[in-house]
Amino acid sequence: MLMSDGPHSLRGAGCEPGNPFQHAQGEARPAIEVNALTFSYPDGRKALDGISLTIREREKVALVGPNGAGKSTLLLHLNGILKGQGVIRIMGSEVGDGNLGVVRSQVGLVFQHPDDQLFSPTVFEDVAFGPLHMKLDEEEVCERVGLALAHVGMAGFENRVSHHLSLGEKKRIAIATVLAMQPAILALDEPSGELDPRARRGLIHLLRALPQTILVATHDMRLVKELLPRTVILDGGRVVVDGLTEELLEDTELLERHGLEAP
Amino acid sequence: MTHFHALDQYQAGNSLVHRLDPRVKLVLTLALIVAVTAVPHGVWVSLLLFLGTIGVVAALARIPLILILRRSMIAIPFALAAVTLVFTVDGTPLATLSMASRHVSITDQGTIAFASILTKSWLSVLAATVLATTTSFPDLVAAMRALRLPKVMVAIVSFMYRYIFIIADEAVRLQRAREARSASPHSTGRASLLWRAKVLGGMIGSLFLRSYERGERIYSAMLSRGFDGTIRTMGAENLTLRDLMMTVTFIAYLLAVVALSTIHVEI
Repeated sequence: MLMSDGPHSLRGAGCEPGNPFQHAQGEARPAIEVNALTFSYPDGRKALDGISLTIREREKVALVGPNGAGKSTLLLHLNGILKGQGVIRIMGSEVGDGNLGVVRSQVGLVFQHPDDQLFSPTVFEDVAFGPLHMKLDEEEVCERVGLALAHVGMAGFENRVSHHLSLGEKKRIAIATVLAMQPAILALDEPSGELDPRARRGLIHLLRALPQTILVATHDMRLVKELLPRTVILDGGRVVVDGLTEELLEDTELLERHGLEAP
Repeated sequence: MTHFHALDQYQAGNSLVHRLDPRVKLVLTLALIVAVTAVPHGVWVSLLLFLGTIGVVAALARIPLILILRRSMIAIPFALAAVTLVFTVDGTPLATLSMASRHVSITDQGTIAFASILTKSWLSVLAATVLATTTSFPDLVAAMRALRLPKVMVAIVSFMYRYIFIIADEAVRLQRAREARSASPHSTGRASLLWRAKVLGGMIGSLFLRSYERGERIYSAMLSRGFDGTIRTMGAENLTLRDLMMTVTFIAYLLAVVALSTIHVEI
């Protein structure tokens, strides 16, 4: 279904030529490798139970499953915010205390609520936060802030105060805050949640144009169908299914068993 | 979705005062407050002069006088705590109150001290109000940072500004939810005080928990963008010669007034 692109359409505005939508298999290197990852919260509740998963460069993967399945918890492991048992490799190197800085600049984590991600007084300061903490010089920080905001269609918003922005604008700027770090991988938690149809449509176009390896935790099965060729279903902290989205979406019985709905 | 704007005092404008470097404005406001405090009790001429100074700045900034007067009243209740001075400072008794067998005297020196403290508090808040009305909060935070205030303190102020609106929004939603459920077909619409107090307690607890959890999520978001315990920010531009001269001139004026007030008292 093709709808009007809306004022913020970024289709064709990506900085990578070619089709970023391709199935990357075989020759592409693994971007994310998770091996037998187990994590329990301090209260003893097991959130992840032996997760193994490999995502190759430039793949666009959906992470779906009912609430409490462990989606957000898994994302927080990818850049070492949470530490479970098991091995995680990002772009080939194992995540450990020694390389957190590098890993965090490679994995751009976009949180579900932009009010958690946009914590600075102005949009500029928020987008500059990542590059500044990567210890880049000020000239490059300014350049990256400009590029990142332009990329999400928010150029000229530098001096705005986050509180006065719409949710759709905040979500875009939240994505810009990690794009400014020029990560190889984007991990997004519920990017389309609570958005109105127009903002949601704009966001889908934005994500489609991004060249990065993308992992999206979501309940929005229409977004999955349109954007993400591979789907991983998590339930009870385990990977229960990992396959092609178009095949999985046919299997309504499977979807219902894991609290999901075909679009 | 409701928005809570009442806390933002800034009024956009393009006056001379608005365009002045925020660092200069912050330093001069603090200097004015120190000067007001340094004027000895009872030298009304000096305090009047400072009131005039603030008035001139407000006029230059084209802020309605009534607006800053209303906003500056916020400090009066706190300054009233100094009322005990009326009875405790030694001096010539103006009147004596008798309660049972005890006598309390109101002294002239005490009255002057109290009135001076009240006026000085009010002038200080007035100056701060003019600053907050003509300088946006992000600019104020940047000024604090440029003036090398402790980074952690500046970060706390900055977070407070960013999240106070969100917490206020949350409080408004909780209150609406309470109102929506507090109707009874038999009552006149007002629930009992005890019931409302209980609900308010629950709301405060709920707001605290939400804020605490939000704090943890924000910290994760900071870590995700490379925060390692050191707050890094962009450097500030250098002050212009005009800014520096303005600062020096204004501080010299303040010093002169304070010096004259002190001599005035000694004579």
